[in-house]
Amino acid sequence: MPKNARAAEIKAIGIGKSFGHFRALNDLTLDIGRGEFLALLGPSGSGKTTFLMILAGFLPPSDGRLFSDGVDITDRPAELRAAGMVFQGYALFPHMSVEANIAFPLKVRKRPAAEIRQRVAEMIARVGLKGHETKLPSQLSGGQQQRVALARALVFEPGVLLLDEPFSALDKSLRGQMQAEMKRLHQETGTTFVFVTHDQSEALALASRIAIFNHGELLQVGTPEEVYDRPANRFVAEFLGEINMLPLNNVRQENGAATGLCEDRTITVRGATDVTGDAVLAVRPEYMTIRSEAESGENGIVATTTASTYLGAATKLDLLTRQGTRLTVSVPNDVAATALRGGNSVWLTWPAERGILLAR
Amino acid sequence: MAPLLLFLAVTYLWPFLGVVKWSFTLPEPGLGQYGALITDPLVQSVFIRTLRICIVVTIASVIAAYAITVVWVRGTPAQRMAAEFCILIPFWISVLTRAFGWVALLSNRGLINTWLQGIGFISEPLALVRNEFGVIVGMTHFLVPFAVFPLASAMRNLDDRVLLAARGLGSSRTRTFWTIFVPMTASGIIGAAAIVFVFALGFFVTPAILGGGRSVMVAELVWLRIFQSPDWGLGAAISVVLVLFVGALMAVLFRYVRPRQLI
Ligand SMILES: Nc1ncnc2c1ncn2[C@@H]1O[C@H](COP(=O)(O)OP(=O)(O)OP(=O)(O)O)[C@@H](O)[C@H]1O
Ligand SMILES: [Mg+2]
Repeated sequence: MPKNARAAEIKAIGIGKSFGHFRALNDLTLDIGRGEFLALLGPSGSGKTTFLMILAGFLPPSDGRLFSDGVDITDRPAELRAAGMVFQGYALFPHMSVEANIAFPLKVRKRPAAEIRQRVAEMIARVGLKGHETKLPSQLSGGQQQRVALARALVFEPGVLLLDEPFSALDKSLRGQMQAEMKRLHQETGTTFVFVTHDQSEALALASRIAIFNHGELLQVGTPEEVYDRPANRFVAEFLGEINMLPLNNVRQENGAATGLCEDRTITVRGATDVTGDAVLAVRPEYMTIRSEAESGENGIVATTTASTYLGAATKLDLLTRQGTRLTVSVPNDVAATALRGGNSVWLTWPAERGILLAR
Repeated sequence: MAPLLLFLAVTYLWPFLGVVKWSFTLPEPGLGQYGALITDPLVQSVFIRTLRICIVVTIASVIAAYAITVVWVRGTPAQRMAAEFCILIPFWISVLTRAFGWVALLSNRGLINTWLQGIGFISEPLALVRNEFGVIVGMTHFLVPFAVFPLASAMRNLDDRVLLAARGLGSSRTRTFWTIFVPMTASGIIGAAAIVFVFALGFFVTPAILGGGRSVMVAELVWLRIFQSPDWGLGAAISVVLVLFVGALMAVLFRYVRPRQLI
């Protein structure tokens, strides 16, 4: 990734936002690195847009300070922050052509006409809008409008690009294509990107780091691998993809591993965690294997198959443990067929380092 | 629908056809009255004055209404209330009362002249009424509320995010207003201007009172021809031309603006 000197480094310290008595954001502290591609991920109403609006300067925070490259910008109005923003629904200027839309931020900055013409043409080529220069936004498809919005937000080389659910209005195939383009634009420009999404697969695929929100709280920030494999709590674990949860009792920590009891069997969990007592063990379905027997000392649990769903490349099995916990695994079709033939009762096993121990 | 159309036909169309008939038959059958329309310098000066007044009134009303509507649609709750009062109160006062109210304000011994003389700003009273100025003030005051509704509907349909986008791209509030807000409410401006202009063309009471007989507009001229100097044929011909002109204007307008955008 080319280092971009203009890319901004943002520091949010203790940011809070209240609407009347309603607390939409609470004590949010977050560092956004230079040239980073950060995803803000969370369910509807969790405060993602609110935080983005505070970053852009459209909403004043109720508490906390915001710094850009070490300068306090909390009270700086939006028009002086030089953040590019792509809104949900794009918010293009309907009475201006594609060219005029993209030229707008440069005109506002009173750049010379020749420079404007050249940069707009460059940007139009870069987002693949050649031949559409004189059209109005209403004459463009959704994907093309999206590209105009991106071009308009990037043409003035902002320190940070903010995107609010940029792909939610696009159909699935177009979304994939635009995601790839956005990744390329990020690499080419080297600008700091912050984008909001409530699609966890989009966040995992695009972002260099993910910040997970719920009820106005920032729950965890980390690389996709960190938040997926080492979720900080049950919410994050369940929000990012499918996960199986098993109660794990009498958890004790000894020499770098935790052991506990799950349905009369001793289970070992390896990895950094300090949970003790009664806890929850979380295991991603893809790390679970179906076997007819488990070796002694191996992590495993007995379950019976209750349903199977053929997915084409694999089969999804729904299972029930003896004490009534529901589990799901995705296995190769032939393994599923064997499991279903063998009287339904099977062993599910997983490596000790794949277990995630969470407070109950 | 059908009874309404029948009602309109009986109350408007039938009498109007009578007027059309007069214009071709009085005082003698023929096109003589339409010929007089083109040659009579008095009729022509009234037509020109009417157009001039209507254009000025339209511009003044739309500008004033635009300012009020911005406050009404986008202001704080208190500002909205104030704007609502400005819009609604005129509807509760009859056109006659309002015209005489303006006379009381604008006449030589009216509030404004007395006050300006009192503070020594002027020595002779300003001629504010019984002329075109008075007519324009009175008509604008009457017509502003009618311009508010098409403007308000255009402003309500505007997506706030577009304005935020402009500011985020570095545009000041003033610049955003002129380059984004105003162009995006153009349909409302056109609708408001059309309504005001068409209404203004047919104004009678306000110009008659505030013009003091010196700024006669078309409607007053029709009245004069029919009730004062009985010349029914010419009065009828003027009416027919006025109706055709308004009809043509509406036809052009509805080609560009959907009727829904006017209310
Ligand atoms: N102007 C406002 N006045 C009152 N409450 C607001 C306002 N803006 C947002 N909220 C509330 O703040 C909370 C967070 O809203 P926000 O728009 O940030 O959520 P979000 O995470 O972006 O959700 P979504 O994924 O649905 O867009 C919501 O409960 C919302 O109702
Ligand atoms: Mg949102």
